[in-house]
Formats: sequence, C-alpha cells, structure tokens
Amino acid sequence: MTATSKYFSGTEKPHETQHEEEHDPRQYLMYDPKPRGEMNAMVMESMLTTSWKFWVVFGILSVLVATCFFYAWGYMIAEGLWVAGVMRPSYWGIFLVNTVFWIGISHAGTFISAILRVFKAEFRRPFTRAAELMTTFGLIQAGASIFMHLGRVWLAYWLFPLPNARQLWPNFHSPLMWDLLAITTYVLGSTMYLFLPLIPDLAMARDRSTGWRKVFYRILALGFRGTEGEWRHLQTAMNFFAFAIIPVMFSVHTIVSWDFAMAMRPGWSSTVFGPYFVLGALHSGMGAVAVVLFIMRTTMKHMDYFIRKEHFDALGKLMLIVTFAYSYFFFNDYIVQWYGGDRWTDTLLHWLEEGPMAWMFYQLIFFNLALPAFTLWNRKIRQTPWLLAIIGLLINLGMYWERYLIIPVSLTINRMPFTWKLYEPRIEIFLTIGTFSMFLLFYMIASRLIPLVPVWEVQEGQMTHTLRKVGKAHVPTVSEFE
Amino acid sequence: MMTIDLNRVGAKGAIAEEAEGKWGMVIDQDICTGCQACVAACAMENNIPFVGEEDAGYGRTMHWIRVERFWEGEFPEISTGFQPMLCQQCGHAPCEPVCPVFATPHSDAEQLNLQVYNRCVGTRYCANNCPYQVRSFNWRDYQDSRVRPEMAILANQFNPDVTVRRRGVMEKCTFCIQRIHKAQDKAKSEGREVEDGEFTTACAQACPANAITFGRIDHPESLVSQLAHQDRGVKHLEELNTLPRVTYLKEG
Repeated sequence: MTATSKYFSGTEKPHETQHEEEHDPRQYLMYDPKPRGEMNAMVMESMLTTSWKFWVVFGILSVLVATCFFYAWGYMIAEGLWVAGVMRPSYWGIFLVNTVFWIGISHAGTFISAILRVFKAEFRRPFTRAAELMTTFGLIQAGASIFMHLGRVWLAYWLFPLPNARQLWPNFHSPLMWDLLAITTYVLGSTMYLFLPLIPDLAMARDRSTGWRKVFYRILALGFRGTEGEWRHLQTAMNFFAFAIIPVMFSVHTIVSWDFAMAMRPGWSSTVFGPYFVLGALHSGMGAVAVVLFIMRTTMKHMDYFIRKEHFDALGKLMLIVTFAYSYFFFNDYIVQWYGGDRWTDTLLHWLEEGPMAWMFYQLIFFNLALPAFTLWNRKIRQTPWLLAIIGLLINLGMYWERYLIIPVSLTINRMPFTWKLYEPRIEIFLTIGTFSMFLLFYMIASRLIPLVPVWEVQEGQMTHTLRKVGKAHVPTVSEFE
Repeated sequence: MMTIDLNRVGAKGAIAEEAEGKWGMVIDQDICTGCQACVAACAMENNIPFVGEEDAGYGRTMHWIRVERFWEGEFPEISTGFQPMLCQQCGHAPCEPVCPVFATPHSDAEQLNLQVYNRCVGTRYCANNCPYQVRSFNWRDYQDSRVRPEMAILANQFNPDVTVRRRGVMEKCTFCIQRIHKAQDKAKSEGREVEDGEFTTACAQACPANAITFGRIDHPESLVSQLAHQDRGVKHLEELNTLPRVTYLKEG
C-alpha cells in the first residue's frame, strides 16, 4: 500500500510540474483576457489598417472577377453553351462540380458556428464569424454556378413557384426542385444566422467610428444598445437559429446528393450518397476554414492574439475525426458497388481506376484519406498553422477531384457504349477561376467592413474562464454562464 | 382544368402504364444494313440541325435517331451489327419526373413522351437520366442564319409542320407526332379510324430494307404488333422497368 502510493507520488510529481510548464494556461485565449476597451480597439484597428499589399491583391482579384466571371459568363450567355465543354454523354460538367464544391465549403460555417455553439465548444469563439461568412459567400458561388449551367438562364425564374396564367407549377417530383428549395432555405437561414451574432459587434463598431462608417454601422446595428432585454432577445434568437440550422445543413447536402443518387445511372444511384456527401462537405469545409484562419492570422493585424495555436490544434482534431468519418462512407460507397458486380458499375469503376482520369482517383485517395489521417495525429503538425493550411488546401483539392470524378467522369460511362466520350472543360476553367476569385474578393471586402472576430463572444468566454490563485498556483476554472 | 388520376401516377410521378402503350415500333436488326437513310430522313422531317464537323466529333450530334455500330471478331473475320437507337417512348420514363419545369410531360392521348421546347430551361437532367442517351441538346443556334450564314439556303427546306428549336433547349424523337396528328385529322374528317399502314414515321418510310415498322402496338392484328410478338423480339434495358415501346428483332 505504502509502496504503491510512493510509486505514484514519485513519478507524478516531476511529470506534473513539467506538464504545467508546457501548458501555461495563459497561452489559451480564454485565460488571457484583455480589457474590453483594448480588445475592441484591436478589432477596430485590424479592420481599418489596410496595407498596399491588400490593394494589390484586391486589384488582381477584381480584374479576375470582371473578366473570368462576368465577361466569361456574359460571353457564354451570348454565344450559347457550346463554348463550354459539356456534350453527350457528359451533359453536366464543371458547373455542377463547382456547385457541389461550394455548397460543401459552405457547410463548415454552419458546422463550426451552430454545432459547436450548441455543444458549447469554447475554442469556436474567435472564428465563428470567419466560418459563417464562408457559408454565405460559398452559397453565392454555388447559386451562380447552377445558373451558369442552365441552357436558358434568362428563364431561370420558371424554376420558382410563381403564379402564372397557365397555372403551371414547378415539378415537385424533380430532385432539382428540392435542391433549389433547400439551397434557398439554407441561404436565407444562414444569412440570418450570420447577421444575428453580428449585431453587438456592429453596435461596438458604430460607437467607435465616424463618417460613412458610422452611418453604415448605425443602419446595420438596428439600434442595439446592449440592454439586458436586448441581450436576452438576441440570445433566444441565436439559440433558435443554431438549433434550426443544423437539420437544414444536413438536409441541404443530402438533397444535393439526391440529384445524383435519384438518377438511373451506374455509379450514381447509391443509397449511401446522402451521408457520404454531407461528410465530404464537412471534410472540404474544415480544410477551407484552416486555410482562411491561416490567411487571417498572417495578414490581419492583432489576429495572432485572437487566433492561436490552440485553435489550429482543435481544428486539426476536428479534421482528423471528419477524415475518419469520410473514409467510412467512402469505402461504404465504393466497396459495396465494387462487390455488387453490376456490369455497368464495374465498367465505371475500372474506368476510374485505370482510365485517363485515374491520376485524379489516386490523388483523391491520397489527399482525402491518407494524408490527413497520417499527419494530423501529430500535435506539432496540428499546431503549425501553415502546415495545417496546406493540408486543408490539399484536402480541398482532393474533394474537388472527388466531385469531378462523380459528375463529368462518371457520366462518361452509361448503358449505351456507343456514346462514351470523355469530357474536356473549355470556358468552364475561366468561370471556375471567376467563382474562386469572387469568393476571395468577398472575404477581402468583408474583412474591411465587419469585425471578422466576434468580439463579444470572446469577451463572454473570457468572463466565464478565470485563473484562480490557489497558493502560488493559478488554477483554471470555468463557470456556467446561463 | 386538368385533373390527375392518382391511381395512375407512379412512385416517381410519371404516369405508369400497364398496357403496352398506343404507338409502337419494331426494328429488325437482322435486315438493317446501317445505311443511315433513317437518320437523314429524320433530320429532313424534323428540322434537325447539322452541327458541323467539329461539334459532331466532340459528341454534339443532334440526330434523333442514330445507327450504332458494333464490331465482333478480329479482322478479317469481322462481323458488324447495327442498332438504330431512338427515343423508346417509355411508358415509365426516367426523363419525365426529373424535369423541374414540366418540360417533359407524358401524353395521355398518344401515350408518348413529349418535349415542350417553349418550357425547357435547359437543366439537361432528362438527358442525364435517359438510359438510352437519345436526347439531344441545342448547344448553339445551329439553324440561325445570323449565327451560321451557311444555314441561309438550308433554311428553305424546313418542314413547316415542325418547329425550329433555338439554343438552350432539349429535343428528342417524337415518333413523328405531326404525322400522327395529320393522319388522325384526315381519318376523323372522313369519319373512320386510322388504318394500319396508312402513314408511317419518316425513318420507317425511308428505310430501303424495310427494317423499321411503325403502327398501333395495342391492336393485335396490326403488322407492328405481330412483328413485336415474335420470339426474336427484345426490348432494350428492360431490366430498368422503363416499359419501352420499341421492340428490336435480334439478329438470327
């Protein structure tokens, strides 16, 4: 008895001191509080300090948006879809790849700000807004890509249930119709959910700015003064939206997957596509958040105070979990179809693994399954922001290849071998560059106009976390806020 | 106001027909020589554009009927099979429920798959979901002489009974519905039923080997229905439960 206690005390003591040196609680944002005025000033400064490099990048992106998005799309509308690479049998091409990709990216925002808020994960606090913006901006690109893909985009309003003289309604049997309704719901819901937590920060910015910014923030802050009643209403609304948007998020990507899964095509009609797509969306979304956080931290002032190693570490762990969940569904989809032995699916799988696009298939397996699973175990890698950003970028590349394989490459193989032909993107390449540039441009504009860090959420978190002095030691304590 | 008989609406929203349908076609692959006369006749009858060499090479031909070639054996011991492929006018068509704007409805009167060009917005979902890959999309204004000046003379040969489609819409074989209507109108004015063999589709009319037969598949005594019920008759991709109206007589 005495021997064992001696043994434990003998080993634990040096270990614990070492542990404490490594884990100084002040390295965590929640235990490293700053006075509220100072923190507000930091966020305002990060928003108002614009270097010449910003304008250079801004100029390049604006030119790219003007040429690759607006001019290229206008040219395609004027000329017809023949300037794109779509043909028989790949009637759907990169436009739909982009749609699925951007909707996937948009899932990160909701996941981080809604699910982590509901489960009270404290590390979410400084980057909920950056992730939420991804939802809104990603969905704008997804919507634009759908409309680009239409043969007669000027009649796109026929997809909406508008009253008309012929009493024609949209066809609610069509998965595309469900898709449209789901995406519309998601855009509206996520934009409101982006706006609600923004109100206190807009009010903060209103009180600290002059000129046109004062007018801008005064209009958007809706007269928020921070009274007890206003906070209670805001908390209720945010709580409501946080819970309501989670099922919407799951349903949106499931319905996007149904565009394919409901169709009568080898490789597409798979019952596991719903959860497979949702996990794929989270996979690319988490990677994109890592990239955005890295860019924010390296380019914006004071961001190294708000976004720390602990956040990259937590994000890396999330990415690792999502990688495993994604792998589960990946193998469920491919292996079951492989062993199913259906003649056309078999042909398709052989086409994927040894056809001209096989390099894409192997890159997908490496970037989405192998790379994150083997690297993110390591805490040093997780805590190195640029490494995590590169892993996030490669995951996104892999996810883009995944959607490319599912849409134009799978469409090559159908039940009429006479029509088989490989798709070659043409103007789609420019339009893809255009959507990516527009996404980044929106982020840059947003970083000058609204606080990218939800200051009140950080302050709220810091109020609940305190370091209590017990003897000479500082003990981290957390109290429940509500 | 139109009503929908809910007992006849299948799970996918398409009207499921238990019967064989109304109009049917039989294609005898044994006597088809692959001469493509049907393709040319169909293009003349239905104002189908010629897309040009480059687009055709890239997979943008717009013909409503195509003759698929299949080679068997090694040179010189080689045999060729021809398989004319056109819209099968499925009774349970995969293309119908997926259109978000109802541009591909099912005709109750003629029991054919219709394509409403005016209503189509060009999502191309129907073409993706067609297991026979027989729908063709107007990738550009192939017929417009303002876009393609070489069309100015060819425009004189348009069939006035059939509309000319502009870019951005889907189209497909209609079983020459303009001929069906013409024959029905004539028979009605003469107070009789349409007789078997009184009219036929453009492809069947042009076929020099008489490999294509068209008529009422639901009349047991009609030629097409007698041919279709031979032992040689097969339907394509029958396992998908699309209920195709075209029967192929396999090579003997």
